[in-house]
Amino acid sequence: MSAIATTRIVPASERQLKNRASLGQTFRNTLTMAGRGLVKIRRTPEQLFDVTLQPILFTLMFTYIFGGAISGNVENYLPVIIPGILVQTVITTSVVTGTQLREDMDKGVFDRFRSLPIARIAPLSGALLADTVRYGIATVLTFVMGYIMGFRPAGGLLMVMVAGALVIVCSWAVSWIFAFFGVIARTASSVQGISMIVLFPLTFLSNAFVPVETMPTWLQWFVNVNPVSHLVTAVRDLVNSSAFGADAWLSLLGAAVIVAIFAPLTVRAYMRKA
Amino acid sequence: MTNSTTDWALEADGLVKVFGENRAVDGVDLRVRTGTVYGVLGPNGAGKTTTINMLATLLRPDAGRGRIFGHDVVREAHIVRQLIGVTGQFASVDETLSANENLLIFSRLLGLSRAEARAKSADLLERFGLTEAATRPLKQFSGGMRRRLDLAASLLAQPPLIFLDEPTTGLDPRTRGQMWDTIRDLVATGSTVLLTTQYLDEADQLADRIAVIDHGKVVAEGTADELKASIGTSSLQLRLADGADTEDALAAIARVLDVHGVLSPEAARITVPMTDPDRVADLLITFREAGIRLSEMSVQKPTLDEVFLTITGHPAEDAAEAARDSAQNQEVHA
Repeated sequence: MSAIATTRIVPASERQLKNRASLGQTFRNTLTMAGRGLVKIRRTPEQLFDVTLQPILFTLMFTYIFGGAISGNVENYLPVIIPGILVQTVITTSVVTGTQLREDMDKGVFDRFRSLPIARIAPLSGALLADTVRYGIATVLTFVMGYIMGFRPAGGLLMVMVAGALVIVCSWAVSWIFAFFGVIARTASSVQGISMIVLFPLTFLSNAFVPVETMPTWLQWFVNVNPVSHLVTAVRDLVNSSAFGADAWLSLLGAAVIVAIFAPLTVRAYMRKA
Repeated sequence: MTNSTTDWALEADGLVKVFGENRAVDGVDLRVRTGTVYGVLGPNGAGKTTTINMLATLLRPDAGRGRIFGHDVVREAHIVRQLIGVTGQFASVDETLSANENLLIFSRLLGLSRAEARAKSADLLERFGLTEAATRPLKQFSGGMRRRLDLAASLLAQPPLIFLDEPTTGLDPRTRGQMWDTIRDLVATGSTVLLTTQYLDEADQLADRIAVIDHGKVVAEGTADELKASIGTSSLQLRLADGADTEDALAAIARVLDVHGVLSPEAARITVPMTDPDRVADLLITFREAGIRLSEMSVQKPTLDEVFLTITGHPAEDAAEAARDSAQNQEVHA
């Protein structure tokens, strides 16, 4: 091997040093890490199984099982179930963010990320950002399945896209919760376990599949405060009546609150875990 | 650079890291002068990696402080990270990506533009002889190639201080020689290098100063020559025909050579530091006169084992086990 570098290394005393990563750097680092996530997805496309199969399977199953019972027929149920199934599927997908993060962090490359002068949050925020691609795939597939089964959203394509974006943003926020589990848990399978316990009550104790009025009063109270219900309602309003109403704003606010709480928690846990 | 804080590339004062019961690092002091190679020598489990991790901001010290070019590793961690490169014992590169993609991502993270990143990565791959393998997945890489890529990744930012944690462990002799050349080249460009190793030979070849670390403590420090002088350049290995003579033999060694012979764990072998080969004949004559018969005699150049036997009074293999045991064990050894 020839000489490593002909240029002399700049001595420490002559360097301009900052003890914090700027906002711009945080943003750039996050994009780079997200790019890394995308390359990894391209290398191992099999990790997209869940976001491709689940929307197809669940949309088919739920619509034909519940359609007749709840709305009289499948056609009337579609405007109700498609937003519900969309939210359920995409939020469930965000669990994988946590398990994959755990697997990724067990590899040596995370030691290097920790030793680089980059924004501390970037390896996490980048991974989470890359995962929005997965949510995007799940969203598109759910709407496509709905369309094939006869769902014609009254709000039109634009509103469908707005609704899709809303769901993706909210799921990205929720994925911070699972990222937190991913960081503190010891194994990927335990992340899966904890996450499912959180996820099942949240997605099923909501208005995603059945009308709230059919539930006992005490349960209605929970269903009505459940953020998932608000998101489902927001999506229904958007795709069925083109309305960006209070529920949509509430969902965004909820998403912001989750990120505000869990992003710092996750980064702190990540930094402490060596 | 007359400023006293920049004379030292690295200062560690009383670093402590405790994992449960085990004091992995137990008050380590180090001083590394800018522009030198510093070797930290010790067996597995001595606390070398933990020490490096604390100084490289990967682990928070439980006590004590570390400074890199005068910057505190805890309070000014982000500054410290701009001044160091870390090459760990296990390659810290992304297995699922190619060598080129790895370097591109790291350079982009370091703030290089797309074009700069591409040029720099290509340049380093070339210098480390990885150009041909650049687009292959890392899964097909040999240990040596991985290690080289790892070092290349640490050099992207041209850091003034580089940590190399056992850079040649597990490498074949030829690759090890290449790694040594690389390290020498690094120092020639003005880098300061702190490397850990299990091999005295390696520390001897590369390091300006060496610290011997055991049970989380620095047990000896100095230049290679100073250390060797304290150990004896070589050691005499004696195996007695009759174990009953052991006491007498040790006494004779103390009398004739004025050094303490160390009994090997299985009590069959005596290791004697040999500062003056000339006087070995005297010892052998003394043995014959006293009727102490030898079954085997050999002269060995100092190995890490001997360094340990002499400095700590226990063999190096013990250290990993002993580190897991409690302080009780340490007292026995001390």
